[in-house]
Amino acid sequence: MTTKMFGAKVPRVEDQRFLRGQGRYVDDLLTDDPRLLHSAVLRSPHAHARILDIDVSDVLDVEGVVAVWTWDDLTGPMAEPLPLLIPHPTLTHGRTQYALAKGEVNYVGEAIAFVVAVDRYVAEDAVSRIRVDYEYLEPVVGIPAARAARTAVHPDVPDNVGARMTQENGDARAAIAAAPHTLSLDLDIERSACTPMEGRGTVARWDPDTSRLTVWSSTQTSTGVRGCVAAKLGLDLAKVDVITPDVGGGFGVKVVHPWPEELLVPLASMTLGRPVKFTEDRREHFISSAHERAQEHHVEVGFDDDGRVLGLDVEFWHDHGAYTPYGLIVPIITSTQLLGPYKPQSYRVTFESVYTNTVIVTPYRGAGRPQGCFVMERTMDAIAAYLGKDRTEVRSANFIQPDEFPYEHGLVFQDGRELTYDSGDYPASLAKLKELVGWDEFEDFRAEMAAQGRRVGIGLACYVEGTGVGPYEGAHVHIETSGKVKASIGLTTQGQGHQTAFAQIVADTLGVRFEDVEVVTGDTRKMPYSVGTFASRAAVMSGSAVHLAALRAKEKALRIAAEALEAAEDDLEIADGVVSVKGTDASIDLGTVAVLSNPLRYAFDEASKAATQFRVGDPGKPPVAEGDEPGLEGKDFYSPPRSTFANGMHAVIVETDPDTAEITILKYAVVHDCGHLINPMIVEGQIHGGVAQGVGGALYERMAYDESGQLLNASFMDFLMPYVTEVPTTIDIDHLETPSPLNPLGIKGAGEAGVIPSAAVFAAAIEDAEGFPITAMPISPSELFALRLEHADLPAEALSEETR
Amino acid sequence: MITQPEELHDVRLQVNGSVHEVRVPARRLLSDALRHDCGLTGTHVGCEHGVCGACTVLVDGRPVRSCLMFAVSAVESEITTVEGLTEDDGTLSPVQQAFSDCHGLQCGFCTPGFLTTITAGLRENPEPSEDEAREMIAGNLCRCTGYQNIVKSVLRAAEIEREIERESGEQVQ
Repeated sequence: MTTKMFGAKVPRVEDQRFLRGQGRYVDDLLTDDPRLLHSAVLRSPHAHARILDIDVSDVLDVEGVVAVWTWDDLTGPMAEPLPLLIPHPTLTHGRTQYALAKGEVNYVGEAIAFVVAVDRYVAEDAVSRIRVDYEYLEPVVGIPAARAARTAVHPDVPDNVGARMTQENGDARAAIAAAPHTLSLDLDIERSACTPMEGRGTVARWDPDTSRLTVWSSTQTSTGVRGCVAAKLGLDLAKVDVITPDVGGGFGVKVVHPWPEELLVPLASMTLGRPVKFTEDRREHFISSAHERAQEHHVEVGFDDDGRVLGLDVEFWHDHGAYTPYGLIVPIITSTQLLGPYKPQSYRVTFESVYTNTVIVTPYRGAGRPQGCFVMERTMDAIAAYLGKDRTEVRSANFIQPDEFPYEHGLVFQDGRELTYDSGDYPASLAKLKELVGWDEFEDFRAEMAAQGRRVGIGLACYVEGTGVGPYEGAHVHIETSGKVKASIGLTTQGQGHQTAFAQIVADTLGVRFEDVEVVTGDTRKMPYSVGTFASRAAVMSGSAVHLAALRAKEKALRIAAEALEAAEDDLEIADGVVSVKGTDASIDLGTVAVLSNPLRYAFDEASKAATQFRVGDPGKPPVAEGDEPGLEGKDFYSPPRSTFANGMHAVIVETDPDTAEITILKYAVVHDCGHLINPMIVEGQIHGGVAQGVGGALYERMAYDESGQLLNASFMDFLMPYVTEVPTTIDIDHLETPSPLNPLGIKGAGEAGVIPSAAVFAAAIEDAEGFPITAMPISPSELFALRLEHADLPAEALSEETR
Repeated sequence: MITQPEELHDVRLQVNGSVHEVRVPARRLLSDALRHDCGLTGTHVGCEHGVCGACTVLVDGRPVRSCLMFAVSAVESEITTVEGLTEDDGTLSPVQQAFSDCHGLQCGFCTPGFLTTITAGLRENPEPSEDEAREMIAGNLCRCTGYQNIVKSVLRAAEIEREIERESGEQVQ
């Protein structure tokens, strides 16, 4: 009997090639092709400037340089601005950059010229010889400067506001005015970024013999890149193949497309008739890809004696950088997912999405949710502190209850659909979390630590994450005559173990051995209809699609097998790749069924002899019946009515050093509910990684822009990504499995979850340790020390003495 | 102004027991020479300033960031890359096997640097404590795993090596 793979900790099949150094990332491609050319980009050294002149005359004299492009060399759609991918009607003043700057630059790192040469070293030499005359303009850096609007990033957007959006259910302002208690909070989150270990990269090869363009890109959406490349280069879609090879991490940034280089590389390849490669270096990734997170919030909240929120009014400002290629997705997610597992009686949210002369802002793992979670959870903690109640009690008073699902918030989510939660059990999750972290025993621990002169604090944070956003994903399953199964899904993979998880689903659904299933991802030649890997959607969307496609293949297999075995379909079962009549010895291999599915004229091997027209079929009927098609395949698509909502809660115990204000993590606990788990090992890995990224975002990582718009820490020396020494030594994880009713497998997304509550949970724990409010994240020891001084009547030395 | 072609150097690199004759300019990084001239793309480049550790290779058995070394300086040395960790018969090395056992990798990009670093680390300290396992990998960045399972992989690799030693000891007896 075939072992059930769904839910098992199956070791990953992709590990074999990665561990042997045989992965194929984009920069690994075509390395042995002597015709391959390399490229480098001249990037703006100024945050805001007019380009008066570009002189490339010295460039072509560099030995090994093949070509150079500036905006003046671009024609047709390539000379137009890059697409605004998600044109939300509220984005009244959306702007996108050009593939190469046209007349002005709006952030340090914006592409100005593109050089192609025999190798990257020479291309960089050439870039350094391009002379540009700039007229400097005053840069707008940070949200306060954007709001003050002394200067405009774009002259035709004088107030720097790209969009203003309000959503409301009930009359929150009236409810707050009438509430027994009210509080106001001002809360800030700084910039951070995805920072995958592999930067962006693109290779293109134009084949003049077949007039086809092949593009390999380190992207989260191969179909998206394909559409853009075809449109911008004026090619029929059928002439363009986009393949996503192995990808060294994405975390959101690689869903943005087309990057200038994703168009310039194919353009260069077509122009020069040679394959061309672009591989981003680390500094380029910091200044030329995308960031996220920066928001400033103002909260007004009204609540009753139990801490129940009667009215919540949130106004916030979202720094979207210099351009808006990804629309308003991040602030819309913040504004809706801020609500978490709670049901304020009325809610109003308004945001302004503002321009600054800094790198563009697009989704980074969590995509606006960490900010929303921070704001809501800080509010919950403030209410608890005000009422003198336990923080878990206030949360419990506000939870949506298990019998209230589906729960309609009366708001519109990022996908344009109603914000309706499908399932969850928040009280049960909280009970698990309290147990896991030792919430009720913490005061004893605090006293014990205090007796040793040590200062500790505990915090918790809850979130709900809309996952598996539409519109659809598809899958194709092909059973070959060998009995091997090839499954193709359209979305890409960047470390999530899709080749394993989806093979598990196919193996179970079809009744074949896991080892016999091979999954291909992100190749438009195999599955041209797809959206991409983002919003924790791969498992939900492609998992469901591949399940449905395998079911279609299975239906066909059973139909053909029933005929061959002269049995009723209902009496058949498939296990280990063999179809058999239940309770009998009669059976047929799936491979043989595949042979029978394809009536042949030519026998190319022993197996195929069985399928020639002299052997199969009723001579009185067409070999392929009407409405049928040859081959044992199944194709299907999954398109849900709306997102499914995963949830979770984190708790952390921190120690803050009374002298140095160093923050140490003593315990980290996670309760996670993403419905049914396909592969618990992979899900836990995702949580580990998310928590580590969250630690970085809460305690270390920030984008240090100076007032002139220079990013001062654009290297791994200065941008403090956590090493093993910064992450918790253990992460205690407990799962709750509340299945989603929206998809056939009951699954919810899990990819982003780990990072969502980090800023909130660390702020809560540090506040609990220190006894004063933490309102801005990330927080460094120096900042914590400064806060101590601010909140102490006594000088620093005395404060330190006092706490000993 | 016409620039002069770069002076090229004939370099004999000894990598994973094979000799690679390459012609490179003096400024060619060892990481680039391994990847683009020798075709050994298992070594990855994550930062090119020696911080992330993805490009770590073994130079005469010691872990070295190949992005901080010129190919021309590596002529006298025996270099081992991730491709050279696997046994001749295709069996994964104990460290590679441990990563598979413990789900010590996700996207796989930083993995080669961890594998080479830990291979050298376990030679120096075959029985690391959990703290020592952390210290062993404390100079390498990973953005996917949160390091939890990499620490486990170090300990598991040490365990596999002990198992192999025990088995070979039994065979000798």
